Amino acid sequence: MHHLSIRQLKEALLARDFSCEELARSHLERLVRIGAELNCLVSLTEEQALAEAREADRRLIRGDCPALNGIPVVHKDVFCTRGVRTSCGSRMLDNFVAPYDATVVERARRQGMVMLGKANMDEFAMGSSNENSFYGPVRNPWDRERVPGGSSGGSAAAVAARLVPAATGTDTGGSVRQPAALCGVTGIKPTYGRVSRYGLVAYASSLDQAGVFARSVEDAAFVLEAIAGYDERDSTSVDRPVENYVSALEEDAGPLRIGVAREFFGSGLDPAVGDAIEEALSHFERHGAGRRDISIPSLELAIPAYYVVAPAECSSNLSRYDGVRYGYRSAGARDIETLYKKSRSEGFGAEVKRRILVGTYALSSGYYDAYYLKAQKIRRLISAELREALREVDVIVGPTSPFTAFRLGERAGDPVTMYRCDVYTTAVNLAGLPAISLPAGFVHGLPVGLQIIGDHFSEARLLQIAHRFQSTSDWHQRVPAGCE
Amino acid sequence: MSGPAGIPSAGVSEEELAHIAHLARLALDPREVPRLREELARILALVDEMNAIDTADLSPMAHPVETAQRLRRDEVGEEDRRELLQQGAPEVEDGLYLVPRVVD
Repeated sequence: MHHLSIRQLKEALLARDFSCEELARSHLERLVRIGAELNCLVSLTEEQALAEAREADRRLIRGDCPALNGIPVVHKDVFCTRGVRTSCGSRMLDNFVAPYDATVVERARRQGMVMLGKANMDEFAMGSSNENSFYGPVRNPWDRERVPGGSSGGSAAAVAARLVPAATGTDTGGSVRQPAALCGVTGIKPTYGRVSRYGLVAYASSLDQAGVFARSVEDAAFVLEAIAGYDERDSTSVDRPVENYVSALEEDAGPLRIGVAREFFGSGLDPAVGDAIEEALSHFERHGAGRRDISIPSLELAIPAYYVVAPAECSSNLSRYDGVRYGYRSAGARDIETLYKKSRSEGFGAEVKRRILVGTYALSSGYYDAYYLKAQKIRRLISAELREALREVDVIVGPTSPFTAFRLGERAGDPVTMYRCDVYTTAVNLAGLPAISLPAGFVHGLPVGLQIIGDHFSEARLLQIAHRFQSTSDWHQRVPAGCE
Repeated sequence: MSGPAGIPSAGVSEEELAHIAHLARLALDPREVPRLREELARILALVDEMNAIDTADLSPMAHPVETAQRLRRDEVGEEDRRELLQQGAPEVEDGLYLVPRVVD
């Protein structure tokens, strides 16, 4: 049953081919067996999952089923879950049991989804390889000596290995799309403000957005529809009705104009990945899409600007961890200053500390204009260029990542080498746009991700276009060896 | 490479690093300082790529979806959950958070 789509699972559960509890047990068994090898979960919530599944079975019998009744899900450990540890991949929150549910968690449950566990991730969502987790790296199901991408690496690996039909993630600079690309699954990062950030442990608040991993666009549409929408508890949540993403998939998408920006095909791109993306572009053309060459001249400034804006916001957001109210506290500090400093130094890992230092520097007296303000101006420029291009074309299409999954440790020695992974993803966050990554080929047995970027609140259209691609290709149906 | 507004970005001096670490309330292990300075220098060199363009005419953008901040009614919406919230605190007594002595 771990190969069935969400639509097929819904039908099978309604037909009583198996119960929600049987479905949960079967997935839990694989999560224990294969999930442990991949290290993709931080917590397995077996007891709670079985209780929720039995409740879903009772709803089935009563005949009052919400849309995703009994469908298993894994939440990235950045989402607060009441009564369940929410570690954020950090020693700082290793002992933190959230006192409330994130809106995403609450809405998924309200739609009947059964949470099986919490997914491993880069500490505080900072990283592009999932090597920054306090709980150790996640392994890529396609090659276990390689990274799954980050920061939502555990969610991506779990979905790729067929351990769960869907998982949630967050995307601040590419943290849904890049691991989706490296693990060969579908990952959508919605428009900023489309999904509530309430209960999502903050990294960079003007960039953070929750997203979904699934094995197909249709499955992703089911879950996004469940979690999206206005939430008065998040002041940046946008009050705008949620479209019916699933039924929109079958509507006629009409003529499609795709924009191809040359800046996405620069010297940093692995030529073999470039070939796979070219082939995907031809695929679109063969199926009737018009292609237009466009330019986003300032795209290469997205990484420098992002690595000012995100650390600046992170340094502010993470100042709350003080060893006093919750989380890690260093033993034996004799004054409050030492308590703060030792708790933070021992509780945070190396990359988190680097970003806090860079952010503090960029915001400090004398440097604010030169770094933070400059970065915000470049953010304006990049955003304007993208939105201008999106007036000419329906979507911008290109690679999600410049290369396929790299080896564990390969890029971990130098932070800048790691930051370069995000060359095609950060601009989207700076502009708050929605984007999706789809499996679009393989290079030496490793998946290639195709990125499709749309204008604000064009999720329905994006999903429609992506669905059209998956209806005429089968890259998303490949299964890693050992996960059949 | 020169930094923005003429600030040399050869990186951060030991004194500057100590200063920002203090601002960030981080205690640095002296043994990690040389490596950290080198990493920060590389990150700042990356960031300095921003200087490739003149941004004098651009207005800063703080937020991706520019709408007015919504205000809610000034009404209490949360119940008192102090006990629940303090369950995760390292040290609590009579509903108060305990910290080392601040004033002698």
